[in-house]
Amino acid sequence: MATPENKLAFDGGWEYDPAPEGVEHIRAKKRYGLYIGGKFVAAEKGRTFDTINPATEEKLARVAQASELDVDKAVKAARKAYTGPWGRMKASERGKYIFRIARIMQERAREFAAIESLDGGKPIRESRDVDVPLAAAHFFYYAGWADKLEYAFPGRKAKSLGVAGQVIPWNFPLLMAAWKLAPALACGNTAVLKPAETTPLTALKLAEVIADADLPPGVVNIITGAGDTGAAIVNHPGVDKVAFTGSTGVGRIIQKALAGTNKKYTLELGGKAANIIFADAAIDQAVEGIVNGIFFNQGHVCCAGSRLFVQEAVAEEVIQKLKDRMETLIVGDPLDKNTDIGAINSSMQLEKIQSYLEIGQQEGGTMHQSSCSVPETGYWCRPTIFTGVSQSNRVVQEEIFGPVLAIQTFRTFDEALSKANNTPYGLSGGVWTDKGAKIFKMTQSVRAGVVWANTFNKFDPSSPFGGYKESGVGREGGLHGLDAYVKLGV
Amino acid sequence: MSVTALKTSKAFPDLSRVPAVDEVGVSERVARFQTRSIKKASKVEALKMILSMIDLTTLEGQDTPGKVRHLCQKAIHLHDALPDLPHVAAVCVYPTMVGVAKQALEGHDINIASVATAFPSGMSSLDVKLDDARMAVDAGANEIDMVISRGAFLAGEYGYVFDEITAVKEACGDAHLKVILETGELGTLDRVRRASVLAMHAGADFIKTSTGKIQPAATMQVTLVMLQAIKDYYYQTGRMVGMKPAGGISKAKLAVHYLVMLRETLGMAWMTPEWFRFGASSLANDVLMQLMKQSTGVYQSSDYFSKD
Repeated sequence: MATPENKLAFDGGWEYDPAPEGVEHIRAKKRYGLYIGGKFVAAEKGRTFDTINPATEEKLARVAQASELDVDKAVKAARKAYTGPWGRMKASERGKYIFRIARIMQERAREFAAIESLDGGKPIRESRDVDVPLAAAHFFYYAGWADKLEYAFPGRKAKSLGVAGQVIPWNFPLLMAAWKLAPALACGNTAVLKPAETTPLTALKLAEVIADADLPPGVVNIITGAGDTGAAIVNHPGVDKVAFTGSTGVGRIIQKALAGTNKKYTLELGGKAANIIFADAAIDQAVEGIVNGIFFNQGHVCCAGSRLFVQEAVAEEVIQKLKDRMETLIVGDPLDKNTDIGAINSSMQLEKIQSYLEIGQQEGGTMHQSSCSVPETGYWCRPTIFTGVSQSNRVVQEEIFGPVLAIQTFRTFDEALSKANNTPYGLSGGVWTDKGAKIFKMTQSVRAGVVWANTFNKFDPSSPFGGYKESGVGREGGLHGLDAYVKLGV
Repeated sequence: MSVTALKTSKAFPDLSRVPAVDEVGVSERVARFQTRSIKKASKVEALKMILSMIDLTTLEGQDTPGKVRHLCQKAIHLHDALPDLPHVAAVCVYPTMVGVAKQALEGHDINIASVATAFPSGMSSLDVKLDDARMAVDAGANEIDMVISRGAFLAGEYGYVFDEITAVKEACGDAHLKVILETGELGTLDRVRRASVLAMHAGADFIKTSTGKIQPAATMQVTLVMLQAIKDYYYQTGRMVGMKPAGGISKAKLAVHYLVMLRETLGMAWMTPEWFRFGASSLANDVLMQLMKQSTGVYQSSDYFSKD
């Protein structure tokens, strides 16, 4: 393989000029209240916090910080809508409202994408091509189920639960809101949703869409705040169902809090997915899959392929090709259409990632980063790989939630499988081979909610998603996603 | 192993080591290249680079000395209204037209490429093919675009295809050899990859997608697979091999996406006419139209660009 004198050069010469997405078309406010009972209102205690652009550290907007009082107000508004117009509405009518949300979201896709990139730091290519279209697709998909629940649960009678309390993370702010709201509404529930404190803006824009779609007041309430606001939602006695996506640590606290209550819950938590490359794989495409697995959304993906297993016969080749590919990844302005890797979501997350880079090196791993430069202001992390690490290294065991890949080699199928499963997590996995039988053998044996074959990080509203072990409880998406928002009777 | 030793030893490659190709993955990667937004100065630079990489081509049964002279005139004077334009890399003609082209291009630094080896089907004996190539070289061609025997390749006679290429390479003497795989007749990307490996090990200076006579001709998918084969070969041997997609690239925007693909697959060293060519007849005028648009801000009618 490559010797120093025949390395490929990916810098110098013809460079791409900046191609920034315009932001003139965005209609965003400087201040946002809480969306409760169909209106934007100030927080009871008048508290606020700022949301910033992680690429520039500039303030984007000031948003209200909800306290227990506001949560109580929101839950009561949701209850009123549930016992009122929404609960009485014919399912087919309910479906129409959800279709309407989907369509308005599509019409405003460009605005949603730009705001998502401004507030969260993800590249516009991803917010434009993945987050926003997929969010709309979730509303479209579940809108269709609204009047067909009897076919989803043949022979059973599916009843709505009541008020759903939903707490979502900062990595896919709009998409996670769609994952939570669409099935809840389709099944006839009302909702109180809290976006993450670093990325509230697209959820607040979604509140505007919901208002424009003329949903009865209180069917969807969107309130902003930090962890204590989320805790208040989870612990509120008026909430019938809790849906949480976030860290395993917080998931544990929630599960404890819910023990002994009658609340139904789904928890979608962390992951440390194995991405397994066999020697007979289509190597160049597998390298692309590694990149999509770990560098998509700066690695802020719970199902990221953060543990790479490469069969020894091709390890050197795969790593060389991966290094070449990393040199062509463009890191920088999230609004630039050519950016591949945007900003790390927050300073806190950047510190966490950097601490793992230290740990990885201290534990004897060999770190390699792409040679690109990064802007001086904002939060950035170059794409990073660790070689010379094993299952005993912390960078292999713990979820880093950044663009950091831990690479190990393996010799046999059984070795790959046992190492893939040797983790407290079980959210996703990937297998790369040209041999169909090996795909089936591996996908049936990896204990993870989603296992991709010859691809990675593919999502579809009709496909269920969720974890084994510490990666969570319950499934979201698809037919299975309905189950979380109904009680079944006869 | 030194580069010269490699050129003469011509060892038959271990085809069992040719990696598999996943068509879905290839198409996804191609789609990524197409999302690159190339604007302003980088666009102008790309457009000029494209012009310099064009093998201006006429390969018709109705070609005449007159037609070829017109084409050569176009090759020299792409669009004199725009200063500082590069000239094309080569003109590409049938062997019988090489002499005409040589005369017409006298004193200009433009290569003469000739198709040979019973182009486009390759359905003839090795002797006829070698004579065909020699005739073109003797008439003054410094680049030979040969076709492989697709029938033999599809029948699994890889040794035959390999030997044929090495023989033609020898017949070419100092002329550069481009090996046309005719990917539209190979059927799968796996075979494209395998044929690329065969051709490079047999001594190809360039590998080329298509004759232009079969559909589909060049696609970004096929070209990506060939670029990746070139990369592997380079890492294994240290020898650079050039790439020429041909047929079906008539728009500047598509050609820019090819350059993006080249840049992100093989890097800067390949981004010269020495290592990358477009085989095209109508691409040049679309590129010129875009260049005029960049300098004047408006599109002009196609009647303002000479058609030869």
